[in-house]
Amino acid sequence: MSGLSYEQVARFAQQGGTLYFVVIFLAGVVYALWPKNRQAFRDMAHLPLREDEDDHVGS
Amino acid sequence: MTDTTAQQDSPPGAVALLILSAVGAFLALIATGLSPDPLFRLEGWVFTFAALASAAALTVGVANGRYQADPGRYEDGVIRAGAIATIFWAIVGMLVGVVIALQLAWPRIFYFPDAGWLNFGRLRPLHTSGVIFAFGGNALIATSFYVVQRTCRARLAGGMAGWFVFWGYQLFIVMAAVGYLAGITEGREYAEPEWFVDLWLTLVWVVYLLVFLGTLWKRKEPHIYVANWFYLAFIVTVALLHIVNNLSLPVSLLGTKSYSLFAGVQDALTQWWYGHNAVGFFLTAGFLAIMYYFVPKRAEKPVYSYRLSIVHFWSLIFIYIWAGPHHLHYTALPQWAQTLGMTFSIMLWMPSWGGMINGLMTLSGAWDKLRTDPVLRMMAVAVGFYGMSTFEGPLMSIRAVNALSHYTDWTIGHVHSGALGWVGFISFGAIYCLVPWLWKKDGLYSNALVEWHFWIATLGLLFYIAAMWVSGIGEGLMWREYTPQGFLANSFVESVSAKQVANIVRALGGVMYLSGAVIMAYNIYRTIRQPAPAVLPEASGPIVAAAA
Repeated sequence: MSGLSYEQVARFAQQGGTLYFVVIFLAGVVYALWPKNRQAFRDMAHLPLREDEDDHVGS
Repeated sequence: MTDTTAQQDSPPGAVALLILSAVGAFLALIATGLSPDPLFRLEGWVFTFAALASAAALTVGVANGRYQADPGRYEDGVIRAGAIATIFWAIVGMLVGVVIALQLAWPRIFYFPDAGWLNFGRLRPLHTSGVIFAFGGNALIATSFYVVQRTCRARLAGGMAGWFVFWGYQLFIVMAAVGYLAGITEGREYAEPEWFVDLWLTLVWVVYLLVFLGTLWKRKEPHIYVANWFYLAFIVTVALLHIVNNLSLPVSLLGTKSYSLFAGVQDALTQWWYGHNAVGFFLTAGFLAIMYYFVPKRAEKPVYSYRLSIVHFWSLIFIYIWAGPHHLHYTALPQWAQTLGMTFSIMLWMPSWGGMINGLMTLSGAWDKLRTDPVLRMMAVAVGFYGMSTFEGPLMSIRAVNALSHYTDWTIGHVHSGALGWVGFISFGAIYCLVPWLWKKDGLYSNALVEWHFWIATLGLLFYIAAMWVSGIGEGLMWREYTPQGFLANSFVESVSAKQVANIVRALGGVMYLSGAVIMAYNIYRTIRQPAPAVLPEASGPIVAAAA
């Protein structure tokens, strides 16, 4: 640790942090928009609308 | 105990819980007897009596072969208990809030020098914990148990563990509350309970996490519905925050006092990393989970954009965790860390508004229901307040704005627009949905009473936040006013007396909001006591849900 200056750590944190967040964000967007997931997400969106107010475990 | 009848035995979980309760009562009694600290003994008695009551109730239950679980049905009993506890603690927490608002408005009348436990400094954490953790926490636990079972098509995992979470959490609330009134505090905002109460909550919370994960594990759906992601983020992050912020060393094993492992500005940063993420993950992520299940359900429309909900989730949780340092502007915290917290707070505008748009646009094609269904209107207004308070928050996190707003009533107003407008209204909406479903009723006892609740609470809320804007910005400006000679123009007490009218309006707003909650409690009571619908779903033949 003694070999690293504040500027070096700060540069790594700033540039690395920016890169990390952009990549994570893009990965999330790509996953959300991936065409193969379209049908699964559509099904999931309708999940709460199924009639399940009574207490029988649905199948 | 020998069973000669065909009566079934209670599940092993109930017997295990009975043994643990008895052992817990015994250990607590020994600790209480040995402790030289009267406050520790007080808490020891609370724990001992709770464990004894639990052991007694379980003994009767086990002896009668109760607690049979039907694997073909959802575990709804613990959710019914949670719904009632939510309403009970809402009224308690808001009532304490009204009391301290009256103390601020008329300090000569509502100051009791002979009763230290009624002092503002002791009642204030009782109010904040009462509404956040007791009211909000019970709403989150109850709704999460409901949503995770329905969206996974699986019975709650862990058998009796769900009941342990419920009662264990109530015991945490009572021990925290008794401690505040008696004068036990760590002095950390929203984390006031001392180390032994923290340990108890850790145990309860880990069991909660395991029950939730176990139910997800058993799911019959290929995917995990988005509301469960928000609940899971809430449970995991609160565990992390709670443990790290409460790392402390007790002075003795039989005393209340402990000291934090952190010191100075590191301690302050840890506390506000915790404090702001209590807002982000307890009061936001958890209640967004309620939004993503109950708003589509009530509107009978799928969520506006499931894709947006995924982006909403991941960006919200990645950004929120960094926003805490904005509570420490102009302190010993390095300026780059303050700027970091401020920048991430401003970035939060995007996911917050994305989520708000997603919630509100779910109503597209069903806008007419806002006119006819006061429950849905309540939830829509909640989402609107979510948008408003998540706009105001980033604004106040900007260092120059914070110079005006910090330590003033503006902050109090901001918190209450989030807490009363967003958290309160979305929870009321969820309770109004849940109770007829859980007790198998056709509907609520009275929609007119929901209208009364809605309008009284909305008006009270507007009185509250408007009063706090006026008094907060007013006192902020008074504090920074200089004379031509360069002296401060106002003494502190002048800024206090300038706020009296605003304090009275605020107390009035609080009384109105509390009245709404009392109306809800009456409506819910009458709903539960209503006669059952003429045709029971069970009576009409074999399981209907299979056709769904």
